[in-house]
Amino acid sequence: MREEGREKDKVLMSGNEAMGEAALRVGCKFYAGYPITPQNELTAYMARYMVGKGVFIQSESELAAISMVMGAAASGTRSMTSSSSPGISLKQEGISYMAGCQLPAVIINVMRGGPGLGNINSSQSDYFQSTRGGGHGDYYTPVLAPHTVDEAIRLVMLAFDMADYYRTPVLILADAIIGQMMEPASFPAKSEFDKPRLPKSWALTGAKDREPNVVRSLFIKEGSLTQHNENLKNKWQQIREAEQRYDQYKIEGAQYLIVAYGSQARIAREVVDVLREEGINIGLFRPISLWPYPVTAIQRAAASVDHVFVVEQSMGQMVEDVRLSLPNKKVHFYGKAGGDIPRTKEIMEYVKSEM
Amino acid sequence: MAKRFVSPQSLKDVDTHYCSGCGHGILHRIVASVIDKLGLRDKTIGVAPVGCAVIAYDYWNFDVSEAAHGRALAVATGIKRCKPDSFVFTYQGDGDLASIGLAETIHTANRGENLTCVFVNNACYGMTGGQMAPTTVVGQKTATTPFGRNPRAGEGWPLKVSELLAQLPGVCFVARTTVTSPKDVLKTEQCIRQACINQIEKKGFSIVEILSPCPTVWQKTPIEAAKWVQEEMIKVFPLGVIKE
Ligand SMILES: Cc1ncc(C[n+]2csc(CCOP(=O)(O)OP(=O)(O)O)c2C)c(N)n1
Ligand code: SF4
Repeated sequence: MREEGREKDKVLMSGNEAMGEAALRVGCKFYAGYPITPQNELTAYMARYMVGKGVFIQSESELAAISMVMGAAASGTRSMTSSSSPGISLKQEGISYMAGCQLPAVIINVMRGGPGLGNINSSQSDYFQSTRGGGHGDYYTPVLAPHTVDEAIRLVMLAFDMADYYRTPVLILADAIIGQMMEPASFPAKSEFDKPRLPKSWALTGAKDREPNVVRSLFIKEGSLTQHNENLKNKWQQIREAEQRYDQYKIEGAQYLIVAYGSQARIAREVVDVLREEGINIGLFRPISLWPYPVTAIQRAAASVDHVFVVEQSMGQMVEDVRLSLPNKKVHFYGKAGGDIPRTKEIMEYVKSEM
Repeated sequence: MAKRFVSPQSLKDVDTHYCSGCGHGILHRIVASVIDKLGLRDKTIGVAPVGCAVIAYDYWNFDVSEAAHGRALAVATGIKRCKPDSFVFTYQGDGDLASIGLAETIHTANRGENLTCVFVNNACYGMTGGQMAPTTVVGQKTATTPFGRNPRAGEGWPLKVSELLAQLPGVCFVARTTVTSPKDVLKTEQCIRQACINQIEKKGFSIVEILSPCPTVWQKTPIEAAKWVQEEMIKVFPLGVIKE
């Protein structure tokens, strides 16, 4: 699918391939990855379509892949890697280094079941890992969660712009359903990011006619790491204030609210439609940025709501952020992990039993 | 009288933290001087390891990236593939290159990445206080082999990474040298120079392994340490050009 279509032209693509194409269109020039299901189509897409446009490397491991991306990013090149849960655990080493070195890159996690090898079915069990830094040290990475193939395209494009602007790794947290399913989608000409593209004066390009640039996360002079952490904290705060993203559905006059993200939000939307038909005033709140969590928006959406129902393909991870955001609301949780996912009928039954 | 010793432009005029008699200081100077003489400074990007040389970028006067422990060659791969016209090298200890980073080492070499690798073999982990490295020789006492490295006790044999890499088609140059005499310093400089020229000529992966004294961990004086390299280490790790 390399013909440049007009923006409104719809194409039929899997989420994995669409995310690869979106990266190429937004100027990704370096990709390194190691095979793992359920994201293999993305790696294969990059192998095929990066030819003549950039560098593709099948690395020896995820540890190597993320370090290659780190090198590419250090050279000022837009770069990306993708994997699924066990592979992302290995990539945490490099993600922590890149957060410390303030290097931009996009990392796609097409989540599968865990812990350990788990299985290859859809899951949302890496929420904790993704939204709390994930590796060692005090840091966050922005996390964007698509619920359709079309949105996956937009979020990948946005992720590259955000990564460059804030000089940070940005995570796309998709699940196996989004990665594997095919649906019509379109490619916008550019991302919706509203801030300028800054020159990468920090990049390693050879110290010709300037002082040497150093990419480092090591600060051993007394007080220097404390200062570095303060600087990073200010950056996280800036991101918290500017980059909260969310979507909501039928929340006007809602008495009840469902909160779900990714593929689970599609099922939750169906639940809302059916329950609304039955006369129950229920709406859906869908976080798009999982970090920063859209705290203000969920508080607004839940202002006149009595019960909040969080539904996840996990044993209860995002629900903690909902409880932190809505300390005075009754927050219920329904989730399944390990391959089975919460389905319309059972969610409806759960909601009715608790309201 | 003419000035005979000129500090390379690629080396900052600062004190280093290395112990006296340590090979790292000598090697920093050699690397910087080769880069100067080949006129590479303006397009050089070095990759520093995790080990005693972790803050090499405080001493080198060109662009440098950090890498996680053992991942220097993966970082270098990313840089070099994106900037093929720059000159990219890694500088790594034996723990970094031969233990935690062995997969990266072998695969980078096997892909034939057009890179230069300076491999500092001091037969121990210097930075963490002198533990066993893959290169620790049989019988050598370290913090974690207090009775001497014993292969029969499951502690393994010294790993000869250079010989291993020399078998790979993507590797164009492998040499082992030391820095314990003026003659050996000159030989080391020659080999590092060759490893750099190979990259400029796009010949593939070049590595120079340097047997480097670590008097502190070895609990020897600098002179005893140099002697130990010449008398003991080279028995296990013979010097010379292994592949060219
Ligand atoms: C992932 C990880 N594990 C362990 C360490 C601790 N560590 C720092 S340097 C080092 C070994 C260094 O030895 P070597 O590479 O031989 O270099 P030298 O200090 O001898 O020059 C270790 C184990 C670390 N920084 N990161
Ligand atoms: S501990 Fe050994 S390798 Fe490290 S600086 Fe001292 S002598 Fe050099």
